[in-house]
Amino acid sequence: MPHPYIPNSVSEIKEKMMEEMGIKSIEDLYADIPTEVRFEGKLRIPGPYTEQEVRRRVETLLGRNRRFRCPPFLGGGVWPHYVPAVVDEIVSRAEFLTSYTPYQPEITQGMLQTLFEYQSLICELTGMEVANSSMYDWATALGEAARMAGRLTRRSTILVPYLMSPNRLAVLRAYTEPVDMKVVQVDYDEVTGLIDLEDLKEKLSDDTAAVYVENPSYLGFVEEGVDAIAEAAHDIGALFIVGVDPISLGLLRPPGDYGADIVIGEGQPLGNHINFGGPLLGIFACRGEPRMIRQMPGRIIGMTTTLDGSERGFVMTLQTREQHIRRERATSNICTNQALCAVAAAVYLSLLGPNGLRELAELITSRAHYAMRRIGELTGVRAPLFSSYHFKEFTVSFEGKSVEEVHRGLLERGIHGGKSLIEEFPEIGETALYCVTELHTKEDIDLLVSALEEVLG
Amino acid sequence: MRRFRQADWDEPLIFELSRPGRVGFTPPKAEPEVCDAAGDIEELVPQNMLRREPPHLPEVSEVMVVRHYIHLSQMNYGVNSGAFYPLGSCTMKYNPIINEVLASNPGLTELHPEQDESTIQGVLEMMYQLKSWLLEITGMDDGTLQPAAGAHGEFLGCLLIRAYHEDRGEIDVRREIIVPDSAHGTNPASAMMAGFKVVEIPSREDGCVDLEALRSVVGEQTAGMMLTNPNTLGIFESDIVEIARIIHEAGGLMYYDGANLNAILGRCRPGDMGFDIVHLNLHKTFSTPHGGGGPGSGPILVKEFLSDFLPVPTVERGEEGYYLSYDRPKTIGRIHGYYGNVNPMLKAYAYILSMGPEGLKEAAEISVLNANYIARKLMKVRGITLPRAPERPRKHEAVLSASEMERETGVRTLNIAKALLDRGLHAPTVYFPLIVPEALMIEPTETEPLEALDAFIEAIEEISEIAYSKPEEVLSAPRNTAVGRLDEAKAAHPKTLCLSWRMYRERFGGD
Repeated sequence: MPHPYIPNSVSEIKEKMMEEMGIKSIEDLYADIPTEVRFEGKLRIPGPYTEQEVRRRVETLLGRNRRFRCPPFLGGGVWPHYVPAVVDEIVSRAEFLTSYTPYQPEITQGMLQTLFEYQSLICELTGMEVANSSMYDWATALGEAARMAGRLTRRSTILVPYLMSPNRLAVLRAYTEPVDMKVVQVDYDEVTGLIDLEDLKEKLSDDTAAVYVENPSYLGFVEEGVDAIAEAAHDIGALFIVGVDPISLGLLRPPGDYGADIVIGEGQPLGNHINFGGPLLGIFACRGEPRMIRQMPGRIIGMTTTLDGSERGFVMTLQTREQHIRRERATSNICTNQALCAVAAAVYLSLLGPNGLRELAELITSRAHYAMRRIGELTGVRAPLFSSYHFKEFTVSFEGKSVEEVHRGLLERGIHGGKSLIEEFPEIGETALYCVTELHTKEDIDLLVSALEEVLG
Repeated sequence: MRRFRQADWDEPLIFELSRPGRVGFTPPKAEPEVCDAAGDIEELVPQNMLRREPPHLPEVSEVMVVRHYIHLSQMNYGVNSGAFYPLGSCTMKYNPIINEVLASNPGLTELHPEQDESTIQGVLEMMYQLKSWLLEITGMDDGTLQPAAGAHGEFLGCLLIRAYHEDRGEIDVRREIIVPDSAHGTNPASAMMAGFKVVEIPSREDGCVDLEALRSVVGEQTAGMMLTNPNTLGIFESDIVEIARIIHEAGGLMYYDGANLNAILGRCRPGDMGFDIVHLNLHKTFSTPHGGGGPGSGPILVKEFLSDFLPVPTVERGEEGYYLSYDRPKTIGRIHGYYGNVNPMLKAYAYILSMGPEGLKEAAEISVLNANYIARKLMKVRGITLPRAPERPRKHEAVLSASEMERETGVRTLNIAKALLDRGLHAPTVYFPLIVPEALMIEPTETEPLEALDAFIEAIEEISEIAYSKPEEVLSAPRNTAVGRLDEAKAAHPKTLCLSWRMYRERFGGD
């Protein structure tokens, strides 16, 4: 039977083609494969199934994932946010979805202009001058930012907060170890959670390539000491790298305002579904100095004109930084990135605009504070653990019950609570990281609170 | 020949559509009790961290956003919306609609990666099975789905090579990765990312590895070799077993760049050829859409002896179901914040189910049939040649050359590419591999009907005729696309460089 995806699998067509080519059999085309490496058996994989059968199987499979009454109170690097219908519609357009990288700019202006707009929107949001058209995720953007700082400063130490995302730290190490860069963690203030400025100053040296902070931090509080951190880093000739949750920038000061040289972050909240942690959207922006731009990783779209100068147009530019031209001297090996996620972010930011983003950030922080207050009022609970201002995530510490017991109790009641921090940061006790966004209504939060109350007995 | 005109909306930037006060989306309002609890937001946020000036995002109504981006989409070209997309080494096969439908299931899209394992059994099973099928297809023993793209997989593969030699105490000596001069640019770049020195060796006339050249560069400093097979000319490395033997005897590892796997699905397997590490591109061989530059997915598959070094976590199967295992004491750590691009994984999963073992084999065979059909017809076109071992069959792609045409008419490969766009056909990959002058790298894939192949051949014939009669007509292409030829030098020149709306405003004024 001919396959629906293979038009020339009809035997008459195959024969006609082979006849025109003067070959007798498909085997002639494989004759140069040595017998010893030929695979003569049949692959042990299922199928073929018809579309109807595939649909049934896959839907049944996905049905084994449990869904909850309200989204999980989980953050930590990706977060549940509402995706406007318009975003899904645009990224489903076959012209965008099924195109390759825009190697032929004249016929792919749509993708190129959209990515230029994405870069521009990220610049406005972060207060930077230049952004690339995406990295794989926040973690890999961090790895690339550290290496870029190493190239720019010819130094090899990166200072990072102790309370940073362990996943991102692991990726940072994997990216920097091969070029002999060292990652050193800076202590935190036990009351506020903020970076200990004295410890930072002690660890800064003439080998410091960059200081990295996350804002809001992995545990949800806002790093208020950024001005002093930036100054300390710059005084010693190091770069200042800031990682952000872009949604927070509706309300919080953009890193460009407080001296960031490179801004990275996770663009998933900007119109991208969580998708079990991928695809994500690595934000990468920096200051506009030529020496920085030349060291940037990734695809960059630039505005230009037609050769006759009559019309505006867009192309992939500064490609001499990239692997297909520079090969082993490229700034990175990245080529395929997360372009469609960047399209989603462009549509999302265009829909929300400055006012929508501000309202959203205010709503989220209000709901998070409502949740913190209600949870903090429960007996045997502390929320949050640190005294600083929190944006949408916060720590919840339990006394008398373990995080695991609380988690099981909530699950039994149809609620998915926060992420346990027991393994990542055992020194802060029986603590979990909770996340509240616009998807969690007051009713959802109340439900969580009463469930917690029951579980804690 | 079919007439073609791409949409040209002369579309402003979204910023230029902005009018103060317009909104495209309204978030809900906080409930009164919530507002009370939080109090005045401006009081809540530390004063030095409050955003004083709103970001200069556009203020546009919903309908304007929708039209703007639909207009832009109409000024783009996809394999499902276009007519032919023979981009060599990119395997632009049809992206099945059902896979999109399945991957938009909220049972996948709304899953958080940190959810309790008991609540994510479906997605873990999918990942576990997908990996096991990919292992069977490639003849490997273990692997990870974590890399988000092919180059990301290459980087991981090189980290594994590094970890292996480090474990054996030889990393200080084994500093070199060998790549042929016909390799994809990502190979040397990935080796560099992992801290290796790249040693390039010249190819033979047929683009295959020159065994003498290879023998002359291997030694105790060899960490490994990166190779794609079929190579970038579309020719099968018949000496692959000997190549692997040379590298292994020198103590190095063999890395398979899976960009060209489509040609050999079900007919031979990298694992049987002597490769130790394989990356695949799910967005090429396994039909997941490329999204205009990603997201892709680049699983890494290895032989048993490298299993300990794989990144964590991996999906395993236990007595109580599937779980995420962190138990790899020699792991290289992580190269992604979570588990990779799961959404494309589901599409590849559905694709494999749709194809089955026979379907995948047939896909390979027809992709090869289609490529050879085009190559044999095109080598007869005036000005076009099939350089480098024309007598050998190609696999999934063929690299032709227009250097004769260039010499005789001044019409270059670039001009042919643009003239194809004018006919509603996407151009092949051009000027790659570097070892073929005026290269046209054509990969039709198995999902194109004979009619599309013939239309492409006819288009090249027509372009050739015009090149030899009225070359200026080809030289001025394209005319039927949204814009004509673009000034790439201006785009990259320091004086005219413009990478964002902010740079544009700073450079040209205005708001």
